[in-house]
Amino acid sequence: MLTEFGKILVFLILGAVFVAGGLIAAWLLRPHRPYPGKVSTYECGEEPVGNAWVRFNVRFYVVALVFLIFEVEVVFLFPWALIYRQLGLFAFVEMAVFLLILIVGYAYVWVKGDLDWDKPMPEIPVLRRQSPQGTIVKTGATS
Amino acid sequence: MGILNYKFENSNVLITSLDSLLNWARLSSLWQMQFGLACCAIEMMAASASNFDIMRFGVIPRATPRQADVMIVAGTVTLKMASRIKRLYDQMAEPRYVLSMGSCSNCGGPYWEHGYHVLKGVDRVIPVDVYVPGCPPRPEALLEGIMKLQEKVRSESLAKKAPAK
Repeated sequence: MLTEFGKILVFLILGAVFVAGGLIAAWLLRPHRPYPGKVSTYECGEEPVGNAWVRFNVRFYVVALVFLIFEVEVVFLFPWALIYRQLGLFAFVEMAVFLLILIVGYAYVWVKGDLDWDKPMPEIPVLRRQSPQGTIVKTGATS
Repeated sequence: MGILNYKFENSNVLITSLDSLLNWARLSSLWQMQFGLACCAIEMMAASASNFDIMRFGVIPRATPRQADVMIVAGTVTLKMASRIKRLYDQMAEPRYVLSMGSCSNCGGPYWEHGYHVLKGVDRVIPVDVYVPGCPPRPEALLEGIMKLQEKVRSESLAKKAPAK
């Protein structure tokens, strides 16, 4: 008689057989006539340009982070709104505190200017130091 | 890879049985490359909607040519689109079929004579299996085109010689 783990084993074996069978049948039956046009990257019919591994603007990071916070807020708000009448005043206060915390964060983000796309260029500090005579060697010079 | 495909000179009972299974599977799931070019695409959408329900023939729109089996060229193929259509057709996995829908993609349609920007028939860039006439064809006509294509798929065999590329 099969134990409970035995049933899982049967599932695993059947799953492996199913997947392997499909792959092997496709390997036997499929037409295989690759050429450069067919294996080229699908770009909605356009000529593929460059690599898919491109660098994103780092400003998207803040936008994504802010979005994530308020998305989670909405996720919490929906079930809260559904059973709000059953929970009463306690739920209202709880959600008000929760929203207040997030609103403080929102105000912080706003004040810091992270919601603006164009941010002022940072001022890069320049080091000005006088070197003693004769200690600076031309770079790349051989001794 | 693909070691059975077009590798047999003559047919026998094993191959024909496998053929009928394969062809049944292929003609019952003619997944469609999801794009429309002009007003024929409106009729194509109507064919997908519940009145005509092209999905009962197994025609399901797919958003990528890698998963599509049939390209329904629904509408006016402009010269700018022609190179894209060629590229998309190239990127479809075999076996792949093309259904030319409407006069424009069949032969240029109303743009045949003076359309400086229209390809005079999509069969000038890609091989077409079924032509559906009409301007635009009604959804019933598209359904019949699909059924004609299914007939064509039904007659395929592993025993053929590989077609010249």
